[in-house]
Amino acid sequence: MLSIESVDKTYPNGTEALARANLGVKEGEIVAVVGGSGCGKSTLLRLAAGLDRTSRGRIRLDGETIEAPHPEVGLVFQEPRLLPWLTVAQNIGFGLSDRPREERARLVREVLERVGLADYAERWPRELSGGQAQRVAIARALAPRPKVLLLDEPFSSLDAFTRASLQEHLLDLWEAFRPTLVLVTHDVEEAAFLADRVLVMRPRPGRFIAEFELGITRPRDRYGSAVESAKRKILRALDLSLRGQREGEELAPAAAI
Amino acid sequence: MTAIETNIAEEKARIAGAEKRLPQRRLRFLLGFVLPVVFALAWEAAVRFGLVQGRLMPPPSRIFATLYQLALSGELLLHISVTTARVAAGFALGVVTATLIGALAGASKLARDLVDPALQGLRAVPSIAWVPLFILWFGIYEQSKIILIAVGCFFPVYLGMLGAILSVDRKTVEVGRIFRLSTPALVRRILLPAILPAYVVSLRAGLGLGWMFVVAAEFMGASEGLGYLLVDGQQLGKPEQILAAIFVFAVLGKITDGLLVVASAPLLTWQDAFAPRG
Ligand SMILES: Nc1ncnc2c1ncn2[C@@H]1O[C@H](COP(=O)(O)OP(=O)(O)OP(=O)(O)O)[C@@H](O)[C@H]1O
Ligand SMILES: [Mg+2]
Repeated sequence: MLSIESVDKTYPNGTEALARANLGVKEGEIVAVVGGSGCGKSTLLRLAAGLDRTSRGRIRLDGETIEAPHPEVGLVFQEPRLLPWLTVAQNIGFGLSDRPREERARLVREVLERVGLADYAERWPRELSGGQAQRVAIARALAPRPKVLLLDEPFSSLDAFTRASLQEHLLDLWEAFRPTLVLVTHDVEEAAFLADRVLVMRPRPGRFIAEFELGITRPRDRYGSAVESAKRKILRALDLSLRGQREGEELAPAAAI
Repeated sequence: MTAIETNIAEEKARIAGAEKRLPQRRLRFLLGFVLPVVFALAWEAAVRFGLVQGRLMPPPSRIFATLYQLALSGELLLHISVTTARVAAGFALGVVTATLIGALAGASKLARDLVDPALQGLRAVPSIAWVPLFILWFGIYEQSKIILIAVGCFFPVYLGMLGAILSVDRKTVEVGRIFRLSTPALVRRILLPAILPAYVVSLRAGLGLGWMFVVAAEFMGASEGLGYLLVDGQQLGKPEQILAAIFVFAVLGKITDGLLVVASAPLLTWQDAFAPRG
């Protein structure tokens, strides 16, 4: 469905942010991308969202090459990025301006209820907590019902309790709308708890070095042995990638471990 | 919820909030009068008790008597309307050009590189220095005055507009891009609201300078206007008339600034400004 085909991204300043990145995401799948800081995770999502252009290779959605923001692809930024001059409801309706008024109101109401903020519709963004703002940001991206939702470390700035509850929220939303999710995170537990498949990245240049098909049924027990063992596998791959980096040796690209 | 319902709910919340605060607001508003009134009374008393000479420093009673007489003869209204009209015309001219040029310079790097250095150079010239030239070019009547005021209003508004556009966060613009807004929609739905607060501040600064420059303009030869009252008061040795005119300037400046604030307030309710209380 979403396919990233040998994509390179070199920034104008010469930084090689991505090299030969390959990734195919199936419809309705939840894919998590983990990796340390600066390994090109945000770059990957920005390319997939059509905010930046690839240097080489291409990204396709159902065969259609993505070169500019696409109506079927939503993006949740690392920060909420709510527009402070719009209320919560207006923020969520921001991407729906081409819809008739009734439909817009209905979509906004539905998604507001889904993220548990129905009573906050008329609040200003400044009146929200960080977790609430992030929920609104997710609601805003989901309101137009995109087929693919890209999330860039959406919970990284939140405390552990809020993060866990928002992860549940995200799964609820996924159950309700079944979007394809690509979730970038540096929280291995988050990846193990949420994803069907986890990809591990390594920096300079950014590329995938490992891939895990988790195959754990939902609902998952966050502290259960299945999630724990997946977590350990991912951590080991990450650790390996770090050591490999220190010793300067090359790991096999995208090898399933 | 439809947009109309949303608006109604917003309005209700706003009114409810305002009602709750109203009594306290009214008292707060009076606080601003405390210092001037105390000062005026002290001054009046000082003159009455012979502590200071009243001839060059006329007490408030004389100033208000002068104002009253000017008002009775209809002169006051004439001077006020002439000066206000000049400020309005100059302000309008200055704001429109500054907004257009500022928007252009903000929108295009080429235009900015072309226009900004020259304007920054001109800004360094004390605007009063243009007076003789403007008189040569545009004569001593209305035109030169209005243009001088426009020049005064121009720079703060131009700088405010340009600065506001340049400081719009790329991250906010990306929100518009991800939802595929067209360029006009991006301007209307992202850029305009984002620059509005800084723009309003620059309008207030521009208006303040407008009132300043109208005095300079009326000094360069006028037979009507509050500036004329100042010059006339000096030449005829009537300090109470000078102070009366100054008082009127203060009131007008405050009122017009307040009007700007009130007019822009509905557009800025969302602001998360630092507003110390108590
Ligand atoms: N606009 C840019 N211009 C130049 N270099 C950039 C730009 N954006 C990112 N980079 C570089 O590209 C590399 C990958 O950046 P990216 O933001 O994708 O990392 P990341 O994996 O998202 O990191 P983090 O986890 O810290 O968010 C980094 O080395 C970064 O310095
Ligand atoms: Mg990032």
